[in-house]
Amino acid sequence: MVPIYYYLILSAILFSIGVGAFLIKRNIISVFMSIELMLNAVNLTFVAFAHHWHQVSGQIFVFFVMVVAAAEAAVGLAIIIAIFRTRATLDVDRIDLMKL
Amino acid sequence: MTGSLNLWLIPLVPFAGFLVNGLIGRKLPKAFVSAIALIATIIPFAQVVKIWFQFSGLTLPYLENHGTWIWTGNFNANFTLALDQLSMVMLLIVTGVGFLIHIYSVGYMAHEEGYWRFFAYLNLFMFFMLTLVLSENFLLMFVGWEGVGLASYLLIGFYFLKDSAVKAGMKAFVVNRIGDFGFLIALFLLVAHFGTLSFGAIFSAVAQHPEWQGGFLTAVALFLVLGATGKSAQIPLYVWLPDAMEGPTPVSALIHAATMVTAGVYMVARTHPIFERSPLALSTVAFIGAITCFFAATMGLVQTDIKRVLAYSTVSQLGYMFLGCGVAAYSAGIFHLVTHAFFKALLFLAAGSVIHSLGGEQDMRVMGGLRKKIPITFWTMTMAVFAICGFPPFAGFFSKDEILYQAFIWPHGGKILWFIGWVTAGLTSFYMFRLWYLTFLGESRAQTHELAEQGAAVHARSDSKLVVEAEHTHGVHESPWVMLGPLVILAILSVIGGFIGVPAAMGRHDEIGHFLEPVLGSVPHAAGESSGLELGLSAAAVAIGLLGLLVVHFMYKVKPELPGKLATQFRGLYSLLLNKYWVDEIYGAVIVTPLLLFSRYILKALFDRGVIDGAGFAAGMTAQGFGAIVQRVQSGNIRSYAGWLAVGAAVLLIAVYFGFTSHFPPQ
Repeated sequence: MVPIYYYLILSAILFSIGVGAFLIKRNIISVFMSIELMLNAVNLTFVAFAHHWHQVSGQIFVFFVMVVAAAEAAVGLAIIIAIFRTRATLDVDRIDLMKL
Repeated sequence: MTGSLNLWLIPLVPFAGFLVNGLIGRKLPKAFVSAIALIATIIPFAQVVKIWFQFSGLTLPYLENHGTWIWTGNFNANFTLALDQLSMVMLLIVTGVGFLIHIYSVGYMAHEEGYWRFFAYLNLFMFFMLTLVLSENFLLMFVGWEGVGLASYLLIGFYFLKDSAVKAGMKAFVVNRIGDFGFLIALFLLVAHFGTLSFGAIFSAVAQHPEWQGGFLTAVALFLVLGATGKSAQIPLYVWLPDAMEGPTPVSALIHAATMVTAGVYMVARTHPIFERSPLALSTVAFIGAITCFFAATMGLVQTDIKRVLAYSTVSQLGYMFLGCGVAAYSAGIFHLVTHAFFKALLFLAAGSVIHSLGGEQDMRVMGGLRKKIPITFWTMTMAVFAICGFPPFAGFFSKDEILYQAFIWPHGGKILWFIGWVTAGLTSFYMFRLWYLTFLGESRAQTHELAEQGAAVHARSDSKLVVEAEHTHGVHESPWVMLGPLVILAILSVIGGFIGVPAAMGRHDEIGHFLEPVLGSVPHAAGESSGLELGLSAAAVAIGLLGLLVVHFMYKVKPELPGKLATQFRGLYSLLLNKYWVDEIYGAVIVTPLLLFSRYILKALFDRGVIDGAGFAAGMTAQGFGAIVQRVQSGNIRSYAGWLAVGAAVLLIAVYFGFTSHFPPQ
């Protein structure tokens, strides 16, 4: 049986990659993908712990996260398309209308 | 007792008149405005007369409670009105003389701008004055006290386009505030000591403790005196009253002669149980009164403005009333208050009639020879002059003699007080007959005198231009009957008014003294052997009055060039008197200027601008500067926000991992 910390380490690595990509990437699509990556890293921990403690609730949480992520993807992509149409760019650094 | 007297109607009817005229009077025709004002004063007068006829059947003091005003902790003050002999006398004076002056004003103000405003203010004054007189506690009295000050301010500044009138109003208000400050301190002391402000409660507490002498009561009494000197124009706070003559003449008659300025005398008489316990306070009142009556009379000797002579005369006569109260002869003070209300109101109204007939001229140097042209004014004013100079049997004779006699028999320096009062009687006679000769006798000096043009120009500003033109077209003329009627009534009262207080020494019973006895206590009186003294003093007073008349006759009739000669010969003394001892200038230099400089440079420039504005500015700048630093975090760059988030998360993780918090202890 694979020990739990293997999953946890893998999850941490995935999450860190997500955070790193979120900070580095300028393209909104890439930023969006890194968010998905972080979410899935968390999902992996949920599943691993659910298996480890023989608790089903962890797996149910994963479904919830997936549903929310799907909704977020739908809304997020719609926003991205709207931004691209109006501003003809996907560079997050140039989308700073809210700046003081 | 038969039913309620409805005392509350007496002040509230004039107040209703004030509301109607004040709110919608501008749109009403003049006849309507004056009708409202007159109705609003005759109803209280009629009611007061009605009460007067029921008076003997009443149990006194008659109290009327209209609910609680302030109720806090152990202290409460009610809207309580009280009627006793003293307030009865005051009510008759205020409503009676007030009503006559309202009638007179209808004629006098007929051509003025702001007719409705004038009558609204007059009614407002009546409301506050009647509140003052009827109140049963110090607090309600203070309301009236402040209110008459307000009405006085509004009416002095009635010609508000005229700079001097506005300044005079302000001066009256500010000087009165100084007195009111004293009154307020006295009230605080009374509340601290007695826990109540009701007259009845305080006086009965004082009566139950004969061991209270001086001390605390002296302090209260002296602060009350300060209040009284402000309202009643006594030294050191008399300076506002001569300037108050900027107001229309009926106002001078009603407020600054007959009623409001006597509020201080009324207050001293009303609170006499406190003064009784403090010889120091009584002596203060007596000496303030004596000194004021003397100095004001000397200032009146050389004035050339007819109303200013009367103003100083008022200050002087109020000094007599204070003198009377100060020698514990309160009823004598009130008696003089009554007769003074008659003859001084008459003097002012007659002077107003003279001014009116000359189209706004107030300078006596350009008058003269008016006796034939305005005979009714002349004769009524003559009655008043004889009354104020104390010739028998006119009103002033009895009341002034009563005061002088009481001063003479007062054991604490009474002879000095009497002497000052006696000399002042001569001065009074001099300045009044000087006014009389200059105004009515001799030849008219209007054309010959160089000041004619200048004088007319000066006063054209005070009255509306329309009047001056209208009056000048048909020359000097007698006033209409609406003005002469009150003059005649007041003249009759000035002649016979004194008979309410003829002393026993002259074969009567001093009715007013006995009437007021239940409130003010009895005064020691000439009986048997000392009646000779009383008669002697009367003779002395009449003699000095006649001397004044003779001197005036000599100076202004026999040798008309003499006053000018004397003025040049005693130049220093003359200018000292003409400039009113430079008291205004001294007050200006010693009090007003330093205060203004202090306010302007220390309080405004340093404290207001520096400390207060500076503190506000510094607080604003600090917030702004700090904001400028923190603002950099809000870059608008999503990735920088995410970076801060990541750093924060990392810090939290590290904190948890190394056990820096107690909430997540390591298992």
